Amino acid sequence: MTLHVDATLAPSRRRALQLAGFAAFAAVLAPRMSLATEADVADEMKKLFSGKKIGEGKIKLDLPEIAENGLVVPINIDVDSPMTEADFVKSVHVFADGNPLPQVVTYHFTPQSGKAAASTRMRLAQTQNVIAVAEMSSGALFSAKAQVKVTIGGCGG
Amino acid sequence: MAIKSAPRVRVPAQAKAGELIEIKTLISHEMESGQRKDAAGKTVPRDIINTFEASFNGRPFFKAEWFPSISANPYQSFFYKATESGEFTFSWKDDAGAEQKSTAKLTVA
Repeated sequence: MTLHVDATLAPSRRRALQLAGFAAFAAVLAPRMSLATEADVADEMKKLFSGKKIGEGKIKLDLPEIAENGLVVPINIDVDSPMTEADFVKSVHVFADGNPLPQVVTYHFTPQSGKAAASTRMRLAQTQNVIAVAEMSSGALFSAKAQVKVTIGGCGG
Repeated sequence: MAIKSAPRVRVPAQAKAGELIEIKTLISHEMESGQRKDAAGKTVPRDIINTFEASFNGRPFFKAEWFPSISANPYQSFFYKATESGEFTFSWKDDAGAEQKSTAKLTVA
């Protein structure tokens, strides 16, 4: 009788262990911090640019399509501008809509920069959109957006 | 963490007048995001380099405001249009108010 009970219990215990294992795995994968949303980025942009209209184009945003390691994701920004005293790129703001804090970097250029381009490396917590907004000396705004698929998130431990 | 190591900067030593030169910089820093928790579950306080600035002969021409999303050991590249001989000054400032500087000479032929 006891043997029979053991035989029926064994598979369910294995199943329970499997479930426990899966739960632990899921807990590791689940984000442990509150992440920004697209709405947060929109809010942030409204604050920075006081609701002005943002055009498309002018910005070349170089990002990997797939980032294996979210801790170090290269980003290169290049804004099309003559960079003269009369017409230059004043600043470029970069946002990531799925990170705990949506702001990544803000660049300030001058005509002496010669070229409104810069590269750095950033952290991405998950697959998300990266948005760059350029502010020209005339006050005109332009934006570009690209999605990066993240294999291993770059935040927390 | 204060800024400990000497930053690494790559700048050409010479340039022609009007030439566009690329400057690459790298500095060691943990860039603690303020999002991480330690083994005891306590949040590790934020400590990042928040401002990088480049000047030539005392005139600033490029500035980057970094947020916690910037990777550890931050790398930054950017451009400068050479017009005269002189000296670059690069400056990194962290949350604690510490500043690290580096200089490089440029000769314009």
